[in-house]
Order: sequence, then C-alpha cells, then structure tokens
Amino acid sequence: MKYLKIHILAVALLFTSIVIAQQTPAKKQMQGVSIEGATAHLGNGEVIENALIMFENGKLTFVGSANSKIARIGQTINAKGKHVYPGFIAPNSTLGLVEIDAVRATQDNDEVGVMNPHIRSLIAYNTESKVVESMRPNGVLMAQITPRGGRISGTSSVVQLDAWNWEDAAIKKDDGIHLNWPSPFSRGRWWLGEPAALKINKNYKEQVEAIANYFKESKAYNSSNKTPRHLPFEALDGIFNGSKKLYIHVGYEKGITDAVTFFKEHNVKNIVIIGGYEADLTTNILKQHNVPVLLKRVHSEPVTDDSDYDAPFRLANDLVKAGVLVGLENAGQMERMNTRNLPFLAGTCAAYGLTKEEALSLITLNTAKILGVDDKVGSLEVGKDATLFISEGDALDMRTNKLIKAFIEGRDLSLESHQTELYKRYSNKYKNQ
Amino acid sequence: MFVLLLCGFILQAQENVPKNNGVKTSNANYTAFTNAKIYVSPTQIIEKGTLLIKDGKVVSTGANVTIPKNCITVDVSGKSIYPSFIDIYSTFGVKKPSRQTGGSRSPQYDASREGYYWNDHIRPDKDAIDLYSFDSKKAKELQKAGFGVVNTHIEDGIIRGTGALIALNTEGTNANRILSQRSVQYSGTRKSNTSRQAYPTSLMGTMALLRQVNYDADWYAKGNIKEKDRALEAFLENKNLVQIMEAGSKINALRFDKIGDQFNTQYVFVGGGDEYENIKDIKATNAKFIIPLNFPVAYDMEDPFLARSVNLADLRKWKQKPSNPKVLADNGVTFALSTYKLKSAKELMPNLLKAIKAGLSKEKALAALTTVPAQIIGKSNSIGTLKTGAYANFLITSGDLFEKGTKIHQNWVTGVKNELSPMDVTDIRGDYTFKLGNNDYDLSISGAPEKLKAKVMSDSISLGSRISFKDDWMNLTFSSLDTTKQEFVRIVSNVLDTNSFSGKAYFPNGNEMTFYAKKKEKEEKKTDDKKKDATSKKGDAKVADAKKEYPVTFPNMAYGFKTLPKQETVLFKNVTVWTNEKEGILKNTDVLIKNGKISKIGTNLSASGATVVDGTGKHLTSGIIDEHAHIATSSVNESGHNSTAEVTIEDVINPEDINIYRNLAGGVTSIQILHGSANPIGGRSAIIKLKWGESADNLIYKNSPKFIKFALGENVKQSNWGDNARTRFPQTRMGVEQVYIDYFQRAKEYDALKKSGKPYRKDTELETLAEILNKERFISCHSYVQSEINMLMKVAEQFNFNINTFTHILEGYKVADKMKKHGVGGSTFSDWWAYKYEVNDAIPFNAAIMHNAGVTVAINSDDSEMSRRLNQEAAKSVKYGNISEEDAWKFVTLNPAKLLHIDDRVGSVKTGKDADLVLWSDNPLSIYAKAERTIIDGVTYFDINRDAKLRQELKQEKNELTTLMLQAKNKGLKTKPIEKKVKAHFHCDTDF
Repeated sequence: MKYLKIHILAVALLFTSIVIAQQTPAKKQMQGVSIEGATAHLGNGEVIENALIMFENGKLTFVGSANSKIARIGQTINAKGKHVYPGFIAPNSTLGLVEIDAVRATQDNDEVGVMNPHIRSLIAYNTESKVVESMRPNGVLMAQITPRGGRISGTSSVVQLDAWNWEDAAIKKDDGIHLNWPSPFSRGRWWLGEPAALKINKNYKEQVEAIANYFKESKAYNSSNKTPRHLPFEALDGIFNGSKKLYIHVGYEKGITDAVTFFKEHNVKNIVIIGGYEADLTTNILKQHNVPVLLKRVHSEPVTDDSDYDAPFRLANDLVKAGVLVGLENAGQMERMNTRNLPFLAGTCAAYGLTKEEALSLITLNTAKILGVDDKVGSLEVGKDATLFISEGDALDMRTNKLIKAFIEGRDLSLESHQTELYKRYSNKYKNQ
Repeated sequence: MFVLLLCGFILQAQENVPKNNGVKTSNANYTAFTNAKIYVSPTQIIEKGTLLIKDGKVVSTGANVTIPKNCITVDVSGKSIYPSFIDIYSTFGVKKPSRQTGGSRSPQYDASREGYYWNDHIRPDKDAIDLYSFDSKKAKELQKAGFGVVNTHIEDGIIRGTGALIALNTEGTNANRILSQRSVQYSGTRKSNTSRQAYPTSLMGTMALLRQVNYDADWYAKGNIKEKDRALEAFLENKNLVQIMEAGSKINALRFDKIGDQFNTQYVFVGGGDEYENIKDIKATNAKFIIPLNFPVAYDMEDPFLARSVNLADLRKWKQKPSNPKVLADNGVTFALSTYKLKSAKELMPNLLKAIKAGLSKEKALAALTTVPAQIIGKSNSIGTLKTGAYANFLITSGDLFEKGTKIHQNWVTGVKNELSPMDVTDIRGDYTFKLGNNDYDLSISGAPEKLKAKVMSDSISLGSRISFKDDWMNLTFSSLDTTKQEFVRIVSNVLDTNSFSGKAYFPNGNEMTFYAKKKEKEEKKTDDKKKDATSKKGDAKVADAKKEYPVTFPNMAYGFKTLPKQETVLFKNVTVWTNEKEGILKNTDVLIKNGKISKIGTNLSASGATVVDGTGKHLTSGIIDEHAHIATSSVNESGHNSTAEVTIEDVINPEDINIYRNLAGGVTSIQILHGSANPIGGRSAIIKLKWGESADNLIYKNSPKFIKFALGENVKQSNWGDNARTRFPQTRMGVEQVYIDYFQRAKEYDALKKSGKPYRKDTELETLAEILNKERFISCHSYVQSEINMLMKVAEQFNFNINTFTHILEGYKVADKMKKHGVGGSTFSDWWAYKYEVNDAIPFNAAIMHNAGVTVAINSDDSEMSRRLNQEAAKSVKYGNISEEDAWKFVTLNPAKLLHIDDRVGSVKTGKDADLVLWSDNPLSIYAKAERTIIDGVTYFDINRDAKLRQELKQEKNELTTLMLQAKNKGLKTKPIEKKVKAHFHCDTDF
C-alpha cells in the first residue's frame, strides 16, 4: 500500500477540494429495451451468438436468439459484434465504507469489539462514494458490503451500485454474518525483540472454544423469551434459522476443515468460506457439506517461496473441477479501488484452466447463488433483474473490456465518473491550448 | 600444586611488592607431562612426548625433553594433549549496553554525544577492557568446552571499538588474565543500543555511513577539522588493528568486503554458516572468516498442516549447513570457529563432530579453534600452539579430541590446572558376587560412568539398590532381605582392583560385616547387544537416504538451478514479433539470437546449431522493463535523514528473492530497484537484469546508467507516519522545495570547490548531488499532485538540469504540457488511486493523456505481485484512453528502456540489441497470454516446461527431507517448532 499504515493520522479533512458532483443515479426504466445482435454470455455457462435480449420494468422478458420472430420492445440497441454480460458482483467488499485508505475520518469499516454480529454495514454504505462510481464502467454493478475486524465482524448486505442512498441500493438486506476463524499462526512480538516470523498459535483451541461458547449462548438466548434484550445474540438468530448465511473468513486447510465441522455440528445451515487459499486441499469436506467458497484475490502472491508461481491463478480451476461452487472476491490491500479489476480476476482464471464462460460464472451466477440473490441477479434469464451491460469485446480481458451501456434493474446508467470527467477536462485543456 | 605455580606466576609478574603476610617466596619449579600424545599444533604431533611448562608458559615440547631436577612430573600415558581453544568473537565479561527506554517518542536525528562523531553509532573510541569484568561462571562453562582464551568485545554499534584478549583463568586475577588489550577493532551491522539516533535505519545506510567515516577520518587526519572528534581520533588510532566485521551472512560479507576494498581494509568476517552456498565469491574476497558453529535443528514436521509452511530452502539448510566448514576448508578459505550464536559453549563439540562427520578434517577443526584464531589476531607466538614460549594453555584428553565420548580431563590455562573430569576413573561396571553372612548376592553394575546403576539379587529376589562411586570409593545401598521392612544394608568399599574388592557392610541393626566382592567370570552376555545392533541396522536401512546429499542450487532455494543455464543460439520460426521499431508488429517472422544478441530478423531464416522453436500462433516481444520495483533488495528506505543521496540500492541487492523468478514468469527481464519515498532526496537506484541464480554483482547492468530516487508529497512530509513524526523538516510541500534548493546549492558549492583543485572534504551525498548538476546522474521522482511536480521542474531548471522521470506521477495529466516542455518522462500506475488523500484525482487515463501530449510514458509496478502482470497493466491503457496496442506495449518495454537510458541495449526486437526476449502464448496484452519462455542475454532463465519439472523435483525433495526430519525426531533428536517466514511485501514506503 502506498502509505505508511502504522499510526494512520486522524486528519479532519475539509472536503472542499472535492467539488465535482457524483453521478446522478439513473431514472427508473420507463420503456422497454431490446438489445440485438450481441454475443450474450448468460453467466450460467451458456453463450448465445447473435442474441436478442429484452427487458422492461426492470426485468428481463426475453433472452434468446435474434433470429426469433418476436416483436422487439421499446428502444432497440443494435449490438452486433458486441458482448452482453450480466452485471458482475463483488462479494466481501468494503466499497462505500472507506473513501481514502490513509484518512481515518473516512474509515467506517471496522468497529471496536470482538463479537459484533449486530453491526450492520448497510447503513454506513456511502452510495455517493467516488470509488463506487468508478466500478460501473468496468461492469461491476453489485457488491456485498462487508464489515471488517474482530472475531465476528458484523452483518453484510448486498447492494447494487447506482442508488440515491443505501436503502434504495439494497438488493438483500443483512444477508449474512462474517466470522474470522482463528489463525494457526501468531506473529512474534517483534517490538519485544521476538522474531517477527509467524509461530504456531498456542491459543488456537481457546479461541475456537470462545466461538463455540458464543454460539451456544446465543442459541440458548434465541430459544428463550429473549429478555433482557441482547443485540449481538439476537443478530445471530438468522444463522440458526437459516435466514442468514455465515461467512467464515479462513484460508488454510485445517481452519477450513475445523470450521466446517464445527458449524455443521452447531447446525448452522448455510456457511460460506471466504478466502480459502488452501481450499483445494479440502474439496471433500466442502462437497460433502455443500459449502461454497468465495476465493481470495486471484491476483495475489503465492503463499510461500515454494508455491507454484501460478498457484493463485489456478486455484479456481482446481476447485471448480473438484465440483465446489466458487465465486471470486477481492479483499486485501487497496481493495476498494481495486474492485473494478474483478472481471480480470476471472479472466486470469480462464487463462489458467477454466473456460471463459466458467470463469464468468465466478463473478456472476455462482456469486449470486452463494449470496442467495440468484433469484434476482447473476445471470441473463427471463424474470431476473435487467442488471447487465454491453461491452465492445470480451469483458474479462482488459484489452477489450469497454462498456458501451450498462443497466441496473433496467435503468440506463451513467458510465461517467469523477475520473472520466477529469479525463475529458484535461484532454480538452490540451486540445484548446 | 597449582597454588605454587600461581604464586610463581604472580611473583614473576610483579617482583617488588610489599609483603606483610610472610616471607617472600618464589617458585621456580617445572611441571612435566610425560608419555602423552602431544598436538603441538594441528600439524605437529608427537606420538609419545613430554610437555614441560614453567611460570605459566611452555618451556619445551618434544619426544626427548630433558626434565630438570626441580620438576614435578605427571605421567599421562594414554592421554592426549592439545592446545586449548580460542574464541575471537566473544562478548565474555562485557555486558552489552541495554536499550534506551523512555524519553521522547519522536525520532532523534542528532547525535547525543558531544566531542565525538556526528553519528552515535560510530564508537571506535570504546574499549572492551573498560567494561570488562571477569565472569567466573561463564569462564568455567568455556573451560569445559575446551577454551583457554577469548577475545572479547562490546557487541554494540556499527564501529564498536577494540577488544581484549582474556585468559579464562578462574583462579588468578585480572593481572594475569588480561593478555592483551586494545586488540582488534570490531564492527557490525547494527546500531548502538546507547542512542536513539535514527540514522542509519537501513543496511544501505550503514554501508554508506561506514564509507563516510573513512573519508571523514582521512580529512580529520589531515588536520582539516578544527573541532575535537574523539571518535575519529580513535578510528585513526585503530586503523592498523585487525578489523573484525560481524557480517552475519555470506551476502553481507560480500557487501562489506567491497567497502573494505575501497579503503584498503581487509575485514575478517564473522560469517553466517551459509558461505558454502556461494563459495566462489566468498573465496574471492580473500577474507578470513569466523564461523559460528550453530547448525539448524530439524523442524517438528509431525503436523502436516503446519509443515507445509516450511520452505525447501530451510529444509535443505538443515542437511547442508554442517558441511559448511568442510566446504570452506576445501576451497582454501581460512576460518576460525566461534561459539557466537550458540546458546551455550556446550553445543560446540557436538556441532563440531557433525561438521567432521560432514567431511571437515580433524586437523582443520583443530586449527580453526587454535592456530587460525591466534593468527587472525596476530598472537601466534603466544597462543594456539604448545611451542616454546607460548602460554601453557592446553587440554589433557582421554583420547582423540574429535571422537565421540572423548573426555577433556583437564584444561590448563596459563599454567593453572582446571580439572574437568577425573583422569583415572576406575571402571567398576561389571557383574560381581558377594556373600554376607549366609546369603549369596549377585551385584551387577551398569550405566554411564557418571551415573552408575546397580542391581542386587539374592535368591532371585531383586533388591532395590542405589550406588555411587567417586574417587574410588563405592557406596552401595540395598533393601535388606526381609522385604516386609523398609530397611537397608549399606556397603562402603575402596575399590583398588575391579576384579575383587572389599569393604564393610552395615546392617540395619547396627551390625558390621566384612564385604568382599568378586568379579564373575566373563560370560558371553553379548546377545542383548547383538539384538540391539540388528535392530539399529534395520533402522539404518530405512534411513539409507539420510546419507543422500542435497546439492546446492543457484540460488539455494526453490526453483534454483543445479547448474546455471548457458547462452544458446535459438531460432524462433514463424512467430508474431512485436518489434517496437518502425517495422511494427511482424507476422510469420523468424528471429535468430546468437551470442546473447538478436542476430537476425526475417523470413525463412536458418542457422546451423541453433535450437529451433516453432512460434506458430505465438508472440515474441522484448522483455518487460519495470521502471519502479522494490524486489530483489534487502533495503528499501533509508529514512534517517531527509536526504540520503549517499546510499545506494546497488549495495544491498538480494539475488535470492523468489520474486525474481516470478517476475521472469511474467515476462519481466529488467527492473530499476528504486529507493523508497521516505525522504525528498532518497538513495541511488540499481538497474538490474533478472538473471536468476547469478550473484548480486552479475545482475547489475554493465556501465549502468546512474539514477537516484527523489520523492514528493505525503510520504516525505511524513503525513501518514503518526503523531510522533512531526519534527523532521520538511512537514509541508513548502518545505520540500527548500530542501531541494538548499541541497543543490550546497552541491554546487561543493562541486566548485572540488573542481578548483583545492582540498575538500569528500562527501558522498554532495558528490552524488553534484553528479545530478553535472547531468551524470538522473532523477526518478515519486510524485503525485501537480503543484509539486511543477515545483521540482522549476527547481531543476533553476540549477540548469532536467528531471529525467516522474514516477507514479498520478497528476501528470494535469501538467503534461509542462512535462513535455521540460522533457521529463512519466512512469505511472495503470489504475491505482484512493489510497491516500493526494491520489484523489488520480485517473486511469493518466498514461493516455501524457502520451498524447508527447511525454514518454511507462507503466510501472511498485509492487511485487503486479509486476508479474505488467503486460496486463499496459493493456489497461488500451481500455482507458484508447492507446494503440503497439504503443501500449511500449509502455512496459521500449519506453521504460528510454527512461532508464538503456534503450540502446534493450526495449525492442532489433538486430544487435541484447537478446532479452519473451515468447508469449497469445497477444501479450491479453489477460489470456502466458510467458512461456523468458530469455536474457540469450540465456533462458524461465521456461514453462522446465518450471513444471522443477515443481516435481521440489515436491520430491521436500518429501524426502520431511521424512528425514521426522526420523530425526523419532531418534530423539532435538526439533524446533515450525515458524512461518513472513515475506515482507516491499513498496516505496517500506521502512528499512
């Protein structure tokens, strides 16, 4: 990261310099749209060449061949030679929770406390973030807004990225709770002269027991008359009754195995692994319990010196081939601004084993399934939201990812941003000189 | 006897002193040790000889020594006598100053000491003797390990001052222990605990400081500094002493040797035990080494989940490191051994036996502990041998010192005996019978000599018993026959003969009885042992591969080469060539590389002896060049001053960074390793080729263009360094400008003085800045907002030079016209922003706008992960700003080559240029493209097929070594818990 993270200054910034207004959210779809002639990548693995896609009132009404003898509705867009994709979904994201990494006043992603299931990201999600608007021109149209920190970080929600405020943005409110599984290693206290190397975490068992106790307590609370009111326990109820998913942030084999076994024992219905850099070693247990994985940033360094240089690039392929449901996430350094590169994470997976359509599913339908929003989004299927875009070429390759049009719930989005405005302004500066 | 000797010694030392406790006595007696095998030196051995000593010194050694009449003679037949050991890298009796605590939390920039050098970490004025106090406990520990003399020092600071040679004589006084003071000057790589002065914060800063001290001392010696500087005075005084430098690793030894060469100082290096990995370069230093004899213990690999975190390099080192002394010896490198880094001196001998097992000759082992250390510190005449006139420092051993089980009986230090284990221990182990009253008993004594076990049987009843045996007296206690009572029979016997011995038995009721034991006739009771042998042999068969050698690779880690790859003649046929020249992108073309150069480009080429590579469907490009990288280096920032032009990354290149290999796999062939952005004037760069497996020096470009890193904005004004970092100038962009003007003004004056021919104080920092003024060195400046970008151009223009490159340059698009006019290039990120306040207006169209305005544009990484995907980063300019594919590709090849002034050698596919090429599976700008082969100077450093093979080999080797470690644990050998190495992810703000 490009700033010194230690001791980040709390600078009370005056945002007077940020004068350029944010993009205005698009109006509700008033007339039907027919996109004709494009190659449609449905997100479910299928491709339709010379496709016809129609939608009105925000919903897809037709997805098929342009050769179909069917009346085109509303405005027709000739998209011959272009490509149509369902909007990409960025799970496990902190978009809109932090604006500038180095400025503490803009950070709303990490609350004080260890067990914070009641903390809700949705209400802090800033729809007017300049980072958020920079997602749309690359096809990233939805995100799961996720708090960070602690053992239980809090509750996430799934949003679309073109809205006046968080309430309007929500696709699924409070979709799940995020838990950071204990690490097998702990870092040496270098400031006391210990080697900075990671050592075996001696408190692992205790830390797992603390989670167990917390879940037992909360279960007991939720099966009683719930007095006195206990906000964190209450927030966990959805985990037991299946209305919320439990997202377990864990990377390594033992952790994944322990976590899955643990939560299945505690009758947690829907669990998802986030991270999972060693998930390829746990495919048996993941399949046995039907646990999907939101895979750590594909563009990462291999874990050890000995790792294959392309290990992170190839991991999705290994999991998919083993029959695990996989989506891609992008947490890590500079994660917010980097989220616009989500399509290229999928592109890399296609370069390293998957077909392009399989890779596309990793950021569309698979993710929608994992987040529990596949009834509305994730693929180009009749009845689903018309959240999609048209690209000049292959949207998973930066060479050809050039959006012409994008829609969320049928609304025709602005693909402009603070950045494109500066682009125009300064391109003109030189033209006019 | 030793008291007498001691008196003699003292009296000889001080002859005329008042004496009030008796009459004056002096002892001129000799002591002779006869019939011993005497190692006078490692090479001079007397099979059966006499050692004659007097007054703490050796009088003579030989087979036919005449023994004077006034002599005490000790017959030590069957024993061996060795000179005792010497450790010349010791901290014996000298406490390391403790770290400063409390006080201000703000960094300290100035020195605390007055009348000394401007940097507190330069302490040649310190003498170990002033802090020394004899540590009897430690001395005894060292005696037990065979040591007689140590050269101790203050392990604190970069230049640490002089050492003191101490005899480990626990009975004498400092009057006879201190053999020499102000012996040897010590230096190291770490700062002093006594001062919080920030500079140097990095290894490269340490190296630059060492150089400057040498220049300053010279200037001081010439009388040009009016103020008193006791540190420089001491430095000059110590200049002729032997210089011991604690390098701590092979790579640091190579680094500091270069400094030594510059100032005619041949350091003696304290090594790291890893010298075998790069023995040729180590040998070429001509330095002598002091090697800590600490070998890694096996990791506890039982938990496969955790075991996965251990790297091949560490597994391998466990097997390889014991052979380091042998490799040094085989290559003629002179080395001493040291207990430094050992938890206890006790570990020395077991480790030395390991080294001998790994091939070190006993002669070299002995020399490394005696004659070599003596010779290094210039004391060959007085210590390290048993030649006439040397101190009587010697060991009497039960046999060959370097065989398992050999005991050191006595360690004589300056003629004073220290008994470590009795010389004539009667071995009473065996089976005996004895009779007490009417009862017959069987006694069986076994166990280790120092921990005997007894078993007493009568009428096949086993009686609980205990035995002790000391100074030939045996005490045996056993339960009385009436086992219903808790009563014991005690036997005392003075064992003079182990065939039969007698004594007295004391019964519970107070009765005494004569005791007489007789040894049983020897029975063939070896069956048990035989069984044991058989089982252990079986075990051996299983661990047969424990003997397997794991050869060093280059570098000695995962994906290292067994032998370095060679230059090849290669003909690429029918490939799409991105020339970056006016020919553009050529389809179906052939390219021939020969002698490390691009030899021919055309169609239907053929060449005899060339390896032909079918390039159908593939793309051939020049290698990617990263203008801004922080991989392959041990330091990034020297943040101790606001200007550090004196430091250079070339000092600290790390050729063993796995990122080199991974960048090759991403098609990168050249990089500029930049200093970080901790200060307005940073350090000098290293421009290297990623020749994986080569030494640091071989990576650097020949006649490398000279560059330096400058930086602007939040990092240099310490905006994000925390509330304590509020004192260093500058804290605002306003101050940054003044820093530049001030330094360039000083450099201008310096240069004028230098050119005038008048004497001047050589200053590396101003020297470097003067190179900029003289247009011999180029600036690559980390930059963000337009105001500061414009400011630096104006400062440069004021001093009549040009900025070469703005790196990052995120608001370059706002002043592209001014940049074009100034003639500066821009090396930017493709799409980074939002990580700090000053990048609010960073836009991914930056490269395109600058390019369109006529600025030479490069896309860089500043990141070890992204750098292996720079082809994709270039492709983003096609997306953001509609740059043509051909131009986008130049952003990561030809343009950075131009910015680095290496475009005459690399950056395009042109006849005569270096054969730095990449074969891609697809259009190189596509996310689907993979580098299949990466070539530098005609040598294939990465090949996707070879990589697949290396992965298999790596897996196999790790499995074998894991098995060996598991076996080590099963055998009861010590293991250590697994540690996961944390790989620092370097950026420009990494602070070291």
